[in-house]
Order: sequence, then C-alpha cells, then structure tokens
Amino acid sequence: MWFLEAGQFSTRAAHDRRLLPLWQERWALAAVLAVALGVVPFWGNDYWFSAILIPFLALSLAGLGLNLLTGYAGQLSLGSAAFMAAGAFAAYNAQLCLPGLPWWLGWGIGGLVAAALSVLFGLPSLRIKGFYLIVSTLAAQFLIPWALVKFSWFSHGSASGVITAPPLTVAGWDLSHPAGRYLLTLVTVLGLTWVAHNMVRSELGRQWMAVRDMDTAAAVIGISLPRAKLLAFAISGFYLGVAGALWAFAYLVTVEPHGFDLARSFQILFIVIIGGLGSVAGAFLGAAFIVLFPLALSNLAGALPNGWIDAGQLENLQKMAFGALIILVLIREPEGLASLWQRWRSRARRWPLRH
Amino acid sequence: MDFFAEVLIGGLLSGVMYSLVAIGFVLIYKASGVFNFAQGAMVLFGALTYVCLLEKGLPFWAALGVALAALLAMALAVERWVLRPLVNRPPITLFMATLGLAYLIEGGAQALWGAQVHALDLGIEDVPLDVAGLMVSRFDLFAAATAGGLVLALSLLFNRTRVGLSLRAVADDPLAAQAVGIRLPRVWAAVWGVAGLVALITGLMWGARLGVQFSLSLVVLKALPVLIIGGFSSVGGAIVGGLIVGASEKLAEVYVGPLVDGGIENWFPYLLATVLLLVRPAGLFGERPIERV
Repeated sequence: MWFLEAGQFSTRAAHDRRLLPLWQERWALAAVLAVALGVVPFWGNDYWFSAILIPFLALSLAGLGLNLLTGYAGQLSLGSAAFMAAGAFAAYNAQLCLPGLPWWLGWGIGGLVAAALSVLFGLPSLRIKGFYLIVSTLAAQFLIPWALVKFSWFSHGSASGVITAPPLTVAGWDLSHPAGRYLLTLVTVLGLTWVAHNMVRSELGRQWMAVRDMDTAAAVIGISLPRAKLLAFAISGFYLGVAGALWAFAYLVTVEPHGFDLARSFQILFIVIIGGLGSVAGAFLGAAFIVLFPLALSNLAGALPNGWIDAGQLENLQKMAFGALIILVLIREPEGLASLWQRWRSRARRWPLRH
Repeated sequence: MDFFAEVLIGGLLSGVMYSLVAIGFVLIYKASGVFNFAQGAMVLFGALTYVCLLEKGLPFWAALGVALAALLAMALAVERWVLRPLVNRPPITLFMATLGLAYLIEGGAQALWGAQVHALDLGIEDVPLDVAGLMVSRFDLFAAATAGGLVLALSLLFNRTRVGLSLRAVADDPLAAQAVGIRLPRVWAAVWGVAGLVALITGLMWGARLGVQFSLSLVVLKALPVLIIGGFSSVGGAIVGGLIVGASEKLAEVYVGPLVDGGIENWFPYLLATVLLLVRPAGLFGERPIERV
C-alpha cells in the first residue's frame, strides 16, 4: 500500500535521470545514508569497523569495479586482485615520493596507475574475447604481485615487503582510528558509487551493454569497440586500484602483496556473481554476503556442541557450502541477490493483495 | 649445447604432464562448450581417493576401480544437478558454475580424506636414463608414453565408436544432434565420465611427482596457457601446446630467470599465450568462429 507508484509521473527530463525514481526509495536511501554517516561512526565498536564494515566497503568497491568490466562490458577478468595490489603500492609510493601529498590524492594516483596497467592488460581484448581473455588477465594476476615481491624498489627496500601506511588526516583531524577510517572509506565508496551509477546509465554504459550482449552487432551499429572496451578496462582498473588503496590503508594499515593473490580475485568475482552481474547494488549485496557468510558459518559451528565440527573440517565445509551456493545462485537466481530487491519491489507494490 | 638440449628435453617432457590436464579440458569443451575450471579439482579428487583407498589396504586394482567409479558417479551428478539446470545459459554462467563446482569438489575431497600430503608410488623408479649422452628422467618418459596412449585411445573412441560419433555430433551442433535423436544428457554424462578418467590418470601422474596434496588442483592453472596456445577444441593442440609451454618455461627460467632473480615460471606461459593470441586469436589449432548478427 505504501509502495504505490501511482501519481509519481516524471514530467521533466531531470526527473527521468534521477538516481532513484520513487520517493519511497529516495527516503529509504536517505535513511540508510543517515544511519551509515551519522549513527554508525558514534555507535559502532572497533571490531565492527575493522573486521566487518571497512572490508565490506573496500570489497564492495572492488566488486563494483569488476562489475563495470564483467557485468556491464562483458569482459571476463580474473586479475582484479592484481590491480588492487597495483593501486595499493602506487598509492604508497606516491605518498613516499611526494611528502605532504594528501591521502586522497595518493589513492587517486593509485587508481590511475592501476587503470593504466589495466588498459595494458586489456589491450588483448581488442583481438580476442570470451575465455581467451582469461589468460591475459591471469598474466596480470601472476605478473604484478610477482614483480611487487621481487623488486624491492616497490616496497622501498623493506625487508619483509610489509610497510606501515602513513596516518590519514583531514584538515588537521587525525582519522587513523577505526571510526575515522570507516568514515573515509564510506565517503570514498559513496562518491565512486554515485559516479558509477550515473556512468552505467550514460551513453558509455549503454555502449558497454551493447558490447556485452553482442560485440559484432555493437560494431555494426557504429560503436567503437576499442574505445568502449579500453574505457571499461581503465575505469574498472581505477575502481579496483582505489579499492586496493582502501584495503591497504584503511583496512590492513599495511601494504603487502600477499593479500592480493588469485584467491582474492576469485573472491571479487564471487561478489559479482552472487550480488548480480550488471548491477551496482549487487556489488554491495555480494560483498556483504562474502564478508558475513564465513562469520555466520563459524558462529553457527561455535554454537553447536563442542567437538561436532573441528576447525580444519570447518574450513572444508565452508568451501563446500560456498561452492554449492554459487551453483545454486546461478541456477535459481541468475541475476544474483540484486534481483531479490526487484522482486520485493513488485511485491511491495501489491501488498497486502496477492495474485 | 648439451645443457641446452637437456633443459629442452626436460621441458618438453614436463610439458606432456601439462597436456594431460589440458586434454580433460578439451574433451568437455568440445562436447558441451563448457570451460571446465573444476578439472583441477577432479584431478585432486581422483588421486586423493585412489591414494587413501590404497592406504586403507585395498589392492591396486580395487582402489583404481573404486576411484574410477567415484569419478563416474560425480560425472553423473554434475550432469544431473549442474549442467541440466543450466542448459542454454551463456557460456560465462557455465564457467562460473564450474568455479563453484571446483570449490565443492576440493572442499569435499579434503573433508572426506583430510588435507595431509600422501606419497604415491607408481612403481617407476625416477632414475635418469642415458639417451645418446643426455640424461632423461625415466618417469617423464613413462608420463609421455601414457599421454601418447591416452591420445591414441581417445582418438579411437572419437573416430571409431558410436559414442564417439554422437560426441562429435553434439560438439558440432547440439540442436541438430538432438533433432536426430542423440540424447544430450547421456552424451554429457559420458564425456564428463571420460574427463574424469583422464583426471584420474593425470592425478596419478602428478601425484607420483608432487605427492598427492591440495596443490594438485592448481595444475589447472598450468593447463590454461596450454589450452590457449593449442586451442580449446583440439586434443592434438593440447599436446602441442603442452610441449611449447613446458619447453619455453623451462628455457626461460634457465636463461632469462637469473636476470630478474628467478620465479618467472609462474607467469611466463601466460605472457607467452597472451602474445601468441595477439597474433593468432584462436590459438594454433582452434577454429575461428563465424559470427552472424
């Protein structure tokens, strides 16, 4: 009853381009943002910030980056973690080489470097497509972390390859504590999400979708495939690079290449699959799921009588549950968790009547 | 020069081991168009089942039979619960489903048999054999002979039997094959079963080399550049691709590796494959698809 669309006509072009077309959705989003920005930083505890909220936001951004490339432009990539690593290390090096550089500019430089690398490894997409593209992204996945470990130049000769991130300050305020890092992450992710949301509804986004659905047809109707594909790689690389900088600076507070291995790339791919290919909200739903699912499972195992499931077995069961879940999602819900929202919407519209 | 030849031959022979993994891929790709990332997990599962049954005291043939039966049962289950519900979905969806399948099988194999390393002795001594002044590993030669036998058996299966004929028909055009009365689910189950057999053989070979452990499921990563170079749909291509990857990565490690402090074996095949793809987008032996709008 309260989710009626009746009467909410758009009479101006500006209305049509709105982020959320219905006032109920706008209010819901405003409420969520108000809670995330105004309530959570004061009420949450450090465990929530460091173990759940910051990784969730950083992974959401990474998922969003991959979704732009895979979900919208249709280019499969298994190298996401490598671009995150490139972003993290570039941001770190930028801050060391240019003392006094504000952190946000450093993160931006990290994103740009990751974007440049992403374009480089995306170049083969002009000649090849589909599964063959996996190999060039995997080349990035193995080459970049290898180079970061091998050449001490990237980590400034630090013996362990592990470096501590400089403090994060805004206008003299030190935001290095968990709540502050949460706020920085949140604001960064919100800004980039807003840009991405508008981008996928712009001409470029429509070009990407045309390329994804059939690139031959897209070329026939006059879309420049090289431009569309390379822009997809560049923008996706930028998002992944910033996500990597967030991961290193806001979450771990250290920069190290080992956290950016193939497993992380798969994790990001699963975020996109479970959340929903070709959906901005899906990246957030998928990331929430990926972060919360292992926690829920281990809590569940902890609630069982002692000795039912031992720690080693729990990991295997987690893996199995995860694999089964991916298959199940692909079979039952090919659009991912994001389509649940759509379905809920159409139900809420009729409530309390049923069909 | 001798050293070069030795490195080259060592590389070629280890490339044969990569080909073994790649053949399993090619089989499934040919018959169902699925890029099966779970092949590595199947290799792990087969080898682990075999080794653990052997350690439980089963005789050699019984353990082999049970492991094979387990893989066949898995093939049927995959066809029934993964492939059939996903029929007619885009290839990328099927690929992702095999990613999930890989997790499921890896987790299942380790939940069932534990995660410790098992030694596997196939009864072939790994003493170097002197061939015209060059030292060649006897085990590698055995692996090469096995791969050769496997390719021969598979080509006989494909070209001389009724099952093989229907496999090729399905690979060519699933709709037309269905129209003439070939049952797709059966063909899929058969081809996943054959891929399971190949996975078991691969697992035994790799397991004897590395020990049966989790890293067996990572051999799938070695097979990818092999496939790319050889083309997804050619068993012969998988062999040639394996040889190229094996030889080039060993040569690169020995001659280029020292310049950059080593460890390039992991990514060199991928770089090679990428460069090759820029020249020949469908691999050496792959067919270039014709597209209509």
